[in-house]
Amino acid sequence: MVIEYTEKTIEHFQNPRNVGEIEDPDGKSMEGNPACGDMVSLTIKVEKDKISDIKFKSYGCASNIATASILTELAKNKSVDDAKKISWMQINNELGGLPKIKIHCSVLAVDTLKSAITDYERRNGLLKEDPDELNEKNIRQRLKSVIDPQTGADIISKNIVSNFNHNNGEISVNLKICKDYESSEVIEDEIREHLETLNDFESVNIKYSCK
Amino acid sequence: MNNTKRVYLDNAATTNLDKEVLEEMTPFFLDKYGNPSSLHTHGKEAHTAIKEARKTIAEPIGALPEEIIFVGSATEADNMALFGVALANKERGNHIITTKIEHKAVLEPLKKLEKKGFEITYLDVDKQGFIKIDELEEKTTKKTVLVSIIHANHEVGTIQDLERIGKMCKEKKVLFHTDAAQSFTKTELDVEKFNLDLVSLNAHKMHGPKGVGALYIKKGTLIDPLIIGGGQEFKMRAGTHNVPCIVGFSKATEIGMKNMKKSVGDIGNLRDYAIEELLRIPDTRLNGPIGGKRLCNNINISFDFIEGEALLMHLDLVGVAVSTGSACSSTSLRPSHILTAMGRSATEAHGSLRITLSKHTTKQEIDYTINNIKKIVGDLRMLSPLTKVRE
Repeated sequence: MVIEYTEKTIEHFQNPRNVGEIEDPDGKSMEGNPACGDMVSLTIKVEKDKISDIKFKSYGCASNIATASILTELAKNKSVDDAKKISWMQINNELGGLPKIKIHCSVLAVDTLKSAITDYERRNGLLKEDPDELNEKNIRQRLKSVIDPQTGADIISKNIVSNFNHNNGEISVNLKICKDYESSEVIEDEIREHLETLNDFESVNIKYSCK
Repeated sequence: MNNTKRVYLDNAATTNLDKEVLEEMTPFFLDKYGNPSSLHTHGKEAHTAIKEARKTIAEPIGALPEEIIFVGSATEADNMALFGVALANKERGNHIITTKIEHKAVLEPLKKLEKKGFEITYLDVDKQGFIKIDELEEKTTKKTVLVSIIHANHEVGTIQDLERIGKMCKEKKVLFHTDAAQSFTKTELDVEKFNLDLVSLNAHKMHGPKGVGALYIKKGTLIDPLIIGGGQEFKMRAGTHNVPCIVGFSKATEIGMKNMKKSVGDIGNLRDYAIEELLRIPDTRLNGPIGGKRLCNNINISFDFIEGEALLMHLDLVGVAVSTGSACSSTSLRPSHILTAMGRSATEAHGSLRITLSKHTTKQEIDYTINNIKKIVGDLRMLSPLTKVRE
């Protein structure tokens, strides 16, 4: 398969910025899954409500390394609130566009930053809402991080999810795609991976329906 | 990139064309461009060339010339063997046996046949990629019409014992097909000795041109054609012959067979040297067997803690072309089905690198590649959060 990376993506891949781990960080996170072939870890230092330092490690493909690298550049010296607003679209644009099949890397990078900030806020009693609580809003939020590699869009915005509900930790997700859709296995794995870290998670039941 | 040395080590994907092969092909583009189906001298010239090519390719595998059907690729040959036999033998049975480590050119047609009501058994393989003959025997039923087993695996180079499999198929009166796209001219292939009924071949993995392949069909085999409308290839594959490529295929076979013994030995020695050197890197493992049961030009190694696509991209930036079984490099985002069937974890598959040599590969090129791999693997491990987790 030919993967077309932009020059900027290759440049960040070859010379990743802010690599490593901060000792004694104010927030840290590790997202992704080695079985899926991509993982990012972040450590942040916060001074006067500003991200004064940020470092990453990455296990993954070239775009996984490049997206994490550029994310650290974007987040450094931003206020915590502004850093939270960095979107995967912004990362994607900064790199001059990622192939559709690689969009999930930019989502992973952004999610890792969000969870490092959550960790910081939790440590300092600043957390207003717990993003790990099992509720409709958080399920939706997490499903928005699941990207269909065929379209490069998330499964909520593209209406791939027809509906979902939860009961005593058991989540069911109904998809508007056929089981033999090209990326159904990847989507299914990604849904599981994103939902299973919610508090009180018991199981997820994914159903397909297609005409 | 322009100043970088270029080392091509992806010869299982395709190879460069031999100059001698090109020279043989050229007149059939420029002067002898007749259609072999035409009755005039131009046509006869082309017809004779095809006849000769059929003989040249049939002879080394122990086939008769008329048992060779020219097609567009080994993929087409696989499709023809599977669909053609399944359709023609429907009355006899609907069961086909294959393995979990086949090329997609076999797996996808079988998936399609499965949807149309055929029963497919996918044999397991052991850690080195070998099937178990006992299991094959157990799974063969009265409804089994075809056994399709890849000769030498394209990712890990495992060479199956076709002689034993063929013997069993003969006893059970089941048709036997093999995809020999990687193995032809690299290891023994004898349709008599191996009791083969169908064999898929191609030219471009052995320094011949792309766009041409062949299906060996043993005389008397019940099989339907896929492409009809012209009567070419004994009514088994219609369409005007790709004369220059067929001629090139023939020349590549001739050269390949002539030099087989020496070339297999030389490439194999270089392969073993490279494997030994690469396994010196800590936390690495070889995928597939060692020695004579491994394709002479195949190396497949997994590097812990890192992901193959990143390794591949870094190698490409220093001019080295290789391949990987990582999910990141596949359109489906799934790790190699071959490595996982061999019991490798998804992580081991993601960290795998396939290096495939050719007769042109030099020790200098291998050393350059190994030195770069050592450096890149070190760098990527420094970057990986898994390196620390496992320490």
